[in-house]
Amino acid sequence: MELIAHLGIGLEAILTWQNLGYCLLGALLGTLIGVLPGLGPVATIAMLLPVTYGLPPLSALIMLSGIYYGAQYGGSTTAILVNLPGESSSVVTCLDGYALARQGRAGAALGVAALGSFFAGTVATLVIAAAAAPLSEFALKFGPTEYFSLMLLGLIAAVVLAQGDVFKAVAMVVLGLVLGLVGTDVNSGAERFTFGIPELADGISFVVLSMGLFGIAEIIINLERAENRDVFATRIGSLWPTWQDMLKSWKPVLRGTALGSLLGILPGGGAVLSSFSSYTLEKKLADDPSRFGKGAIEGVAGPEAANNAGAQTSFIPLLVMGLPSNAVMALMVGAMMIHGIVPGPQVMEERPALFWGLIVSMWIGNLFLVLLNMPLIGLWVRLLKVPYRLLYPVILLFCCIGVYSVNNSAFEVGLTLFFGVLGYLFVKLDCEPAPLLLGFVLGPMMEENLRRAMLLARGDASVFFTRPISLTLLVISALLLCLLAWPKARKTRDLAFQE
Amino acid sequence: MSLSLFKHQDVVAGLLFCLTGLVVAAVSVHQYPLGSAMRMGAGYFPLLLGGFLAILGGTVLLRAIFSRRRHFIGRLMFKPVLLIGAGVLAFAGLLGSIGLAAATLALIALSGSAHHESRLRELLPLGLAMALFGAGVFVWGLGLPLSLLPA
Repeated sequence: MELIAHLGIGLEAILTWQNLGYCLLGALLGTLIGVLPGLGPVATIAMLLPVTYGLPPLSALIMLSGIYYGAQYGGSTTAILVNLPGESSSVVTCLDGYALARQGRAGAALGVAALGSFFAGTVATLVIAAAAAPLSEFALKFGPTEYFSLMLLGLIAAVVLAQGDVFKAVAMVVLGLVLGLVGTDVNSGAERFTFGIPELADGISFVVLSMGLFGIAEIIINLERAENRDVFATRIGSLWPTWQDMLKSWKPVLRGTALGSLLGILPGGGAVLSSFSSYTLEKKLADDPSRFGKGAIEGVAGPEAANNAGAQTSFIPLLVMGLPSNAVMALMVGAMMIHGIVPGPQVMEERPALFWGLIVSMWIGNLFLVLLNMPLIGLWVRLLKVPYRLLYPVILLFCCIGVYSVNNSAFEVGLTLFFGVLGYLFVKLDCEPAPLLLGFVLGPMMEENLRRAMLLARGDASVFFTRPISLTLLVISALLLCLLAWPKARKTRDLAFQE
Repeated sequence: MSLSLFKHQDVVAGLLFCLTGLVVAAVSVHQYPLGSAMRMGAGYFPLLLGGFLAILGGTVLLRAIFSRRRHFIGRLMFKPVLLIGAGVLAFAGLLGSIGLAAATLALIALSGSAHHESRLRELLPLGLAMALFGAGVFVWGLGLPLSLLPA
């Protein structure tokens, strides 16, 4: 079977000491930053991008993706033990996970979270492997017209699925598109919006923008909130869930996996959306919804499976179309570009070892995570006891060294600070920065494809409606927008984010 | 328009978006060739974006002015912003001239004081430790082209 042959190629590529080592390193680093509140995968991957220059492309991508799904494992540990989300995707795990920890059953919650995540990771890997080939064949039919419509759909979906006000989310996307314009125009060579600063001629670096908006801004926000982080569970208890826990958990894990795999593929989706939806779903399906929030194991099992599945399937749009669906994937585009790989449907044909190697590495990484995490929990607990006042200067230092080492430019460190302060302002104004980042990444691609499509169509914009694939994509976009206008759907969306 | 209006999240956000959009649109029209729909010049796409952003910002602004629901910005904390900023700028300025070790110390000492429980007797050893760590990992280990000490 073709699928097995493909996975064989990948397995062969990844089974070297070096690649296994980087897979393990990525997964461990991911867990580490997942455990630490206030340091997310976006900032970490941005920080490590420059370090991966010297690595072979496959090793670099394996390590960076390991950080993303590793963070999903780590985030749940903090949620359960400290009642603080280590990652934004584990916000809902706090509710029942911490309640279980207070009952002295932290071990069971951690165990269910880890096993559920592993199951979800395995299924999601298979989903990626099975969907990749047919989807990228389909994507090869895409011309500039279809790509433009697809990116438009992606941006609209990101807005629909984003938290908070719709108008502000759209404005943030457009602001991101505008920031993407800065630099030299590839078609005419004109320098746009550079204010005569030579460092801006190449555009704003993605590392600078993401490190500022997510790294530095997050530190300032954390400093503002005096947080209280007491590790509650002194006794974790047995890490093996009881038979009864297993019986209660297997269905939520299955549902969470399915939901996460599906929502992860959507642009703007990924781990956060998946875990929220799964929690809402489990609560709806439960015989006795009042148990939720008071230590229902289903409320840990479902969302934890969902966030891991969602984290992994969000690689699908990136791998088969070259389109990033969330901020982490946008960074992965950057990582691929650094190594001279243009993400898109052609990667599978041209670099099969890299493509399938990366996919297989996800399953191996998950295996490492479930095997290592359980014995390492004691270490993570001790790490959580390091006070934030000592932690954040170190995080800030790594951010600065990371930014500086991309171009050896002090100007870029200053620019990062600027975006950090801007990011703080955005939080104060209740504007979500993630859509901005997505717009920033897609901006140059959108302009390029729009120009090409219009040139081919001799300036006739109706081409977007006459080509069938493009029309379908635009119709879906329109439907999504209608969904927002429909009050009942909007209420459900707001509710899903509130809980 | 009373001054207290500027304490509303959406008033400030709307103004920010609207003004940015107008500036972008104006610069696109004045400084870059627009071209035609078939052969777009450097200014075509920016003009579209700027116009759209201005409209969106205007909508957010007007809605905020006429809405009864008010979301206030909340207190802005200047101390963390200033100290973090000072640390980062000191790092950027010192790194090229007198090396990673001193830049690290400056960043940790300045930015580290932004926390309300910070203590200098903790930050100095931390700065020294991080300078050693940075030397070991980034300069010798990963071989990043950073100078460690004043040249």
